[in-house]
Amino acid sequence: MADQNNKPRQLTYVMAINEAIRTVMQEQPNAFAAGEDIGGAGGVYGYYNGIQEQFGTDRVYDTPISEKGIVGLGVGAAATGCRPILDLMFIDFMGECMDEVANQLAKMRYMFGGSATLPVTLLTMAGAGASLAAQHSQSLEAWLCHLPGLKVVMAATPADAKGLIIAAARDDNPVIVIMMKTLLALNGEVPEDSYATPIGKANIVRPGENYTIVTWGRMVHEAITAAEQLARSGLDAEVIDARSLQPFDTETVIASVRKTHRAMVAHEAVRYGGLGGEVAAQIQELAFDDLDAPVARVGAPFAPVPFSPVLESAYVPNAETIVAEVRSQLRIEG
Amino acid sequence: MFVTVELTNDVLKDMHRCMVQIRRFEETAGKLMEDGKIPGALHLYVGEEAIASGVMAHLSKEDQITSTHRGHGHLIAKGGEFDRMFAELFGKATGYCKGKGGSMHISNMDLGMLGANGIVGGGPPIATGAAFSNKFRKTDNVACCFFGDGASNEGSLHEAANMAALFKLPVVFVCENNGFGEYTSQANHQAIVDVADRAQGYGMPGVIVDGMDAVAVFEGAREAIARARAGDGPTLLECKTYRFYDHVGVRGMGLSYRSDEEVEFWKKRDPIDQFEAKLREQNIMAEAEIQAVYEQVAAEIEAAVQFAEESPMPDPSTITEDVYA
Repeated sequence: MADQNNKPRQLTYVMAINEAIRTVMQEQPNAFAAGEDIGGAGGVYGYYNGIQEQFGTDRVYDTPISEKGIVGLGVGAAATGCRPILDLMFIDFMGECMDEVANQLAKMRYMFGGSATLPVTLLTMAGAGASLAAQHSQSLEAWLCHLPGLKVVMAATPADAKGLIIAAARDDNPVIVIMMKTLLALNGEVPEDSYATPIGKANIVRPGENYTIVTWGRMVHEAITAAEQLARSGLDAEVIDARSLQPFDTETVIASVRKTHRAMVAHEAVRYGGLGGEVAAQIQELAFDDLDAPVARVGAPFAPVPFSPVLESAYVPNAETIVAEVRSQLRIEG
Repeated sequence: MFVTVELTNDVLKDMHRCMVQIRRFEETAGKLMEDGKIPGALHLYVGEEAIASGVMAHLSKEDQITSTHRGHGHLIAKGGEFDRMFAELFGKATGYCKGKGGSMHISNMDLGMLGANGIVGGGPPIATGAAFSNKFRKTDNVACCFFGDGASNEGSLHEAANMAALFKLPVVFVCENNGFGEYTSQANHQAIVDVADRAQGYGMPGVIVDGMDAVAVFEGAREAIARARAGDGPTLLECKTYRFYDHVGVRGMGLSYRSDEEVEFWKKRDPIDQFEAKLREQNIMAEAEIQAVYEQVAAEIEAAVQFAEESPMPDPSTITEDVYA
């Protein structure tokens, strides 16, 4: 019967998130959810639909618009025996609660010599592509990966959205699960059972022989499209969905580069100071002799996310940006 | 069920001992810092002892507190042991935080002391979370959040106080108003005199007590904590006090940002002197008994400092330990 229950069926990204939260609430009696508009309204993206009805107002809390308060609530509750699932509507609002994230949540265990445990799951939404302009469209994963004490994961598919949220909730560390608003309607196979996608393990989503694209979030899909285009030029690109950005699966990336000898890191975040620089540096430190070309990087230009659809679509990197960068890196004509 | 603590002679003696412990600990720590034995910055609690002693008289170790930069007194009153506290201040492996936190992050989870905090206003959201947890887990514990007049201008307090009142959480916001946010006088950092006035804006009672009088603090805290335990929500308890030393370190007089006359005025209201005068007056403790407390505390501190001095330094290989569970 277990096999039958685990039979994958098609589910949207948003419903996979919903199913993951329900699963966690069922599995963990000390779990509660707190965030803006997640109760009666079901959350602004709809992934909390029906959850307060199922689990009650004692476990699912509409909070004031108080991001410092929400994250601080999670820190204090987690340190004293709860397993909070917090909701930060847009990752752009991280600025409102960065002290609670960076100085309290990330550091409390260390500062206290390991005596505090903070099993906090923080769900947040990133990404451009919805004409929401500069304060509702960013990809700020690099801010978070720079903070020892946090784990940071990013879901590119419905199956990973569910599996990463469940993994985050089972983890005894603070885990920030970054979801992407442009993927909410994406359909994909999602097993019905409860399962955890391992944190710290990348996923090779398209095996390839002579080029490596390391990417995450929405850009995973753009990289797959780019790989199909590159195949026509004789490049067989391996696409790696990093999934877990902190800890980062360096091993899988290096094994791929040793095979392909050429690599790119592609993310939607601003290229300058983005996590791609860290990954490129790791590749060059660990696989310098295996490289036939400098590691390429794709990211957004050094500007805030613009509003106008024309500007925004020119700003956000996509499959064409990736293909163009590969051609430039490898000096492929045409 | 919790029983409200009454002001018996034993409780008075405990509060006295607690204040003496804090005073002597802080004076000793200050000297050790001047001698170069304690690295970093020390924010000492001398002058404010009545608050920690009066509030903590009502708390068990299952109740939680969050603290401030000036956190040693809170931990001592919550049951912290001198030896492991001094070891932490020395940066030793045997310290409460294995030498990773120091004075500004001194903590003990087993005693419900959720940390001194290096961020002004860091405590209120965390205390609110602990109070949320108490309610969620259906305990009758309370969380007490210590903060200063300086922190009362941080947005974190605003968000936490609103949420605590909204959810009727068992938390008491204890404002230690010592008249200064770091080096800036209250008159220069806010347009109000009483931080307790702000309570009304959150829908919670605001109560003012004399923070130099341990009995007044005890009485104010009793009511606020009983209210929290009964499920009636938070209180803002403002305790008017004064720090005898500088913001950091031990120098008290000759400071550019406050007058010596002002310091003298407050020193005449020393919380321990006042308390001992009453104990003698009311024949609760004789002079010899009071002196015995000082002698015992001195011996405890001497042994604790020796423990800290003889303890090993942490091994550098432990730098990356305790980052993750």
